[in-house]
Amino acid sequence: MEFGVDEVFETAGMILFEHFDIRAVTLGVNLKDLIDRDAGRLARDAHDRLAGLGKRLVSEARALSESMGLPIINKRLSITPAAWLIEPCAQADAPLVLARALDQAAHEAGVDFIGGFGALVQKGATTADRRIMESLPQVLGSTQRICGFLNLATTLAGMNMDAIVRLGHILKDMAAAADKGIACAKFVAFCNAPEDNPFMAGAFHGGGEADAALNVGISGPGVVRAVVDKHPEADLTELSEIIRRTVFKITRGGELVGRELARRLGVPFGVVDISLAPTTAMGDSVGRILEGMGLERVGAPGTTAALALLIDAVKKGGAMASGRVGGLSGTFIPVSEDEAMIEAVQLGALSLEKLEAMTAVCSVGLDMFAVPGDTSAGTLSAIIADELAIGMANNKTTGVRVIPAPGTVAGDMVDFGGLLGRAPVMPVCRFSGEAFVARGGSMPPPLRSLRN
Amino acid sequence: MEKERVFVVVIGKDQKGIIARVSGLLFEQGANIEDVQQKVMDGTFVMTMLADITDSAAGSAGLRQALDELAAPLGLKVMVHNEAVIKAMHRV
Repeated sequence: MEFGVDEVFETAGMILFEHFDIRAVTLGVNLKDLIDRDAGRLARDAHDRLAGLGKRLVSEARALSESMGLPIINKRLSITPAAWLIEPCAQADAPLVLARALDQAAHEAGVDFIGGFGALVQKGATTADRRIMESLPQVLGSTQRICGFLNLATTLAGMNMDAIVRLGHILKDMAAAADKGIACAKFVAFCNAPEDNPFMAGAFHGGGEADAALNVGISGPGVVRAVVDKHPEADLTELSEIIRRTVFKITRGGELVGRELARRLGVPFGVVDISLAPTTAMGDSVGRILEGMGLERVGAPGTTAALALLIDAVKKGGAMASGRVGGLSGTFIPVSEDEAMIEAVQLGALSLEKLEAMTAVCSVGLDMFAVPGDTSAGTLSAIIADELAIGMANNKTTGVRVIPAPGTVAGDMVDFGGLLGRAPVMPVCRFSGEAFVARGGSMPPPLRSLRN
Repeated sequence: MEKERVFVVVIGKDQKGIIARVSGLLFEQGANIEDVQQKVMDGTFVMTMLADITDSAAGSAGLRQALDELAAPLGLKVMVHNEAVIKAMHRV
């Protein structure tokens, strides 16, 4: 089989100049067999399993990256939702005991994060679910590598507004629990959370999964941006085709890495998550793709349509390239991690309301955005309810990762450093929806028929 | 034993001796060159070599390091990709 110099150069150029990489390899690990009334024993056993598997994941991923010549950036673990693990533990501080053991395991193994410290409460919360929820400020504030999540709504079960009301207060405590509200960057509130998502902060190993599964998140905003920039004359039909072809290629690279790494680890291959995930690196930006399509700035009229075209092309190209597409598989638009999104907020081009509209056509939701420190718990709950309602009504995943940054006002900048980037503090509508969310109860699920 | 083949990609400004130096290094590393192509693309010199490194003691990691040391003073960039990556991305 022969390959042209153009083809080989295309792959090399994607990595060298356009930030193409395998963003995350995430090993999902079942811990249900370790459930124990003794929180200390549960924590110890979970630590030992995760430290061992994590070390193997890190060393095998490094070796594979070397032999393939494809960068693998983040190595992570996801676990059975923590609320299930502590069900029988009477000990009051069981969540914290478990969290500290997990954090220790992550440090020892050298994995970036362990995801799954959360609960699924879309219809109601068990005692253990509530204990995990209430522990989140202390857990995320006092550990480095634990990520938390709550699933608060699904299209089938509806939305648990009582839990969302409580979450508003928990988020305020979480913001106060660590410098700059950074604990909030490690927590996602979901509707229709996928059980095989490799991306943080929302990864967990769901109840329908095997003992282990290796999931892969690819990335390529820089690659897509480069091909969009190369075709300023293309109409939208042609542009969609060009993006599809490119995403097909990078997904095939991701699938190769996922299958080979799973084989080396001796675990089943899970899914390739074909999400476009920006980073703080210059040019590795979803916003710049949209601007390359012809928007003066992200947030300008036309932004939602451009994003819809982009994500449609990404899904079609990715789905053709892999038989195992899963996870979130959408376009990430985290404000703090995308240089074009940051600029657009600073210039007044992108508002919170427009950001919300964008999430109606792409997966993932309102991600990594800061609001003023004095934003009330009720308003945070209302923002979350709005976003999760989009997911519930449209049968898709949506999430919220909001940082009510303490002591800040709209227009300030909060610098988290590293992968989390820097977030311009966005103004929130000054009119209140608190009385609405304070009604509590459950929002019924939408009709699944009569959809014409 | 299954063959391990890699594509060596050299990118940069055209200059004398690139092919000679890279192929010399591959020989020293125990690699067998099976194909060589080169082209100037958008003003940039690009050369690809397909090399069988099954018998190379240092493997692709060692080869990459040696190539980086060779290329840096010449202002060239070098990538080494397993053949499987190129095949996965460019052939169905």
